[in-house]
Amino acid sequence: METVHKLSALAYPVAVVLLLSGCEREERRFREPPPATTAIESIRLSDLQPGVPTPAPAIANPYEENAYALAEGKRLYSWYNCVGCHFQGGGGIGPPLMDDQWIYGSEPQNIFATIVQGRPNGMPAFGGKIPAYQVWQLAAYVRSMSGLVPKAAAPGRNDGMSVKKPEASVKGQPPKKTGRPP
Amino acid sequence: MSGFRQRPFEKGIAQPSRSCFEGRTAGGIALSIASSGCSGIQSALDPAGPQAAHIESLWWLMVWVSAAVLLLVTLATLYAVSHGRQARGLDAEPEATPDPVAERKRALIVAIPVGMTIVTLFGLQVASFTTDRTLASLSTDNAVVIDVIGHQWWWEVQYVETTPSLRVTTANEIHIPVGQPVVLRLQSNDVIHSFWAPNLAGKKDLIPGHETTFSFKADRAGVFRGQCAEYCGYQHANMGFLVIAEPPEQFYAWLKKQRAIPPPPDDPIRQHGQEVFLASTCSLCHTIQGTPAAGKVAPDLTHIAGRQTIAAATLPNTPGNRAGWIVDSQRIKPGNRMPPNPLTPQDLQALLAYLGDLQ
Repeated sequence: METVHKLSALAYPVAVVLLLSGCEREERRFREPPPATTAIESIRLSDLQPGVPTPAPAIANPYEENAYALAEGKRLYSWYNCVGCHFQGGGGIGPPLMDDQWIYGSEPQNIFATIVQGRPNGMPAFGGKIPAYQVWQLAAYVRSMSGLVPKAAAPGRNDGMSVKKPEASVKGQPPKKTGRPP
Repeated sequence: MSGFRQRPFEKGIAQPSRSCFEGRTAGGIALSIASSGCSGIQSALDPAGPQAAHIESLWWLMVWVSAAVLLLVTLATLYAVSHGRQARGLDAEPEATPDPVAERKRALIVAIPVGMTIVTLFGLQVASFTTDRTLASLSTDNAVVIDVIGHQWWWEVQYVETTPSLRVTTANEIHIPVGQPVVLRLQSNDVIHSFWAPNLAGKKDLIPGHETTFSFKADRAGVFRGQCAEYCGYQHANMGFLVIAEPPEQFYAWLKKQRAIPPPPDDPIRQHGQEVFLASTCSLCHTIQGTPAAGKVAPDLTHIAGRQTIAAATLPNTPGNRAGWIVDSQRIKPGNRMPPNPLTPQDLQALLAYLGDLQ
């Protein structure tokens, strides 16, 4: 009986600490420097390389672990009318973004370059029209559509009318490389 | 704590006032705060139209009735305290067999205030209902119809016309003619907002996917401030707007001017400013009529220099504030949707010169 009392006395501070840790999941930083602005230089659209083939340098997109940045990406996806062609990820005029097929690469910097440079057959070049940090937010959100970002950070529900399952409940789809438009 | 609680009983309630001056200053401050709400550009107690006047009368009725109730309750409480059983020297123990005559008297003492409460509340309800009916009976013949669309965190304002080219789009500033009814069609683009210009009318919610209408009239000219009255996110507190009531001829002159497309800039600096506007991130979100910039997600800037404020009635519309807002709006209103724009000084000055000329 005595030990039970002692244990319950210990449980209170532990519970308080656990609860407090839940108070702030992450900080919203409104003036955050973008992950990288030189991504374009390391993008390869071809498997052919001069000399010995080497792996492409990986550029991490920290926004993929940030719920606020992902939610902002989701807002910008409608804001800049990505919905107009790609619809809610299912594709229409433009290719779908919620499946495992990646024509121009699935890495964050590939998506960054696709948005900034544009791609043949209809993808406009947004370079200079969208600030770099917003392109990274969009890139993070696009990857969340096929479940490639941590579930805890992906948007858990839609702000407006629900037209599809929220990104947090999408199963991860390991990317397939196709290298050509469908 | 317990010492503090017991003090009034130990020393008696009527303590000599520690400092008469202190009390008077506090009272003076309270009075000045209270009266500062009575006039001004954002006050329900300074009505500028019939709708707000009805609401004001109801407000005063409720204040006086509530004040009378508070006074009666306070007096009754003081009487009960000073004439309690102990004060009358009676035994503190409850009676085992209550005297039926005294019991009937006590029941009456409870029943009369309950009856008074019911009658008072019912009276206030009737007053509230009558006010609501009066508000709804405003004639909307010959009304100016305006679409107001709530965005996080600004107001889009469109003057409805059957001919699309005559439609005027502006932001955060609603010009209305004095003496003519105004019908607002309220919509929201994201979350629920609430339109509240207390000098002119009550509140009305802007609900996504559901249009609400709202009508009011201004009796006198003036500039009145309004505010979003439904919590809508980070910058809810700074989601203000101005209603500018002006004589009809002045209003229609303003409307005519708003319909005009500003002429293209004719000096090199402002021409460069326009290039900066079109080539940078501005043009994807903002519209300037007569240029390829046709973004619909941010305030229309066609006549930006003619407005009194920027950033949803947050800052006076001066070149300095415009510069600060363009370069780093996140410092001014954290979380707002405008990205920071690190322009070179030359580009920024040219852009400011261009925007400053969009009257």
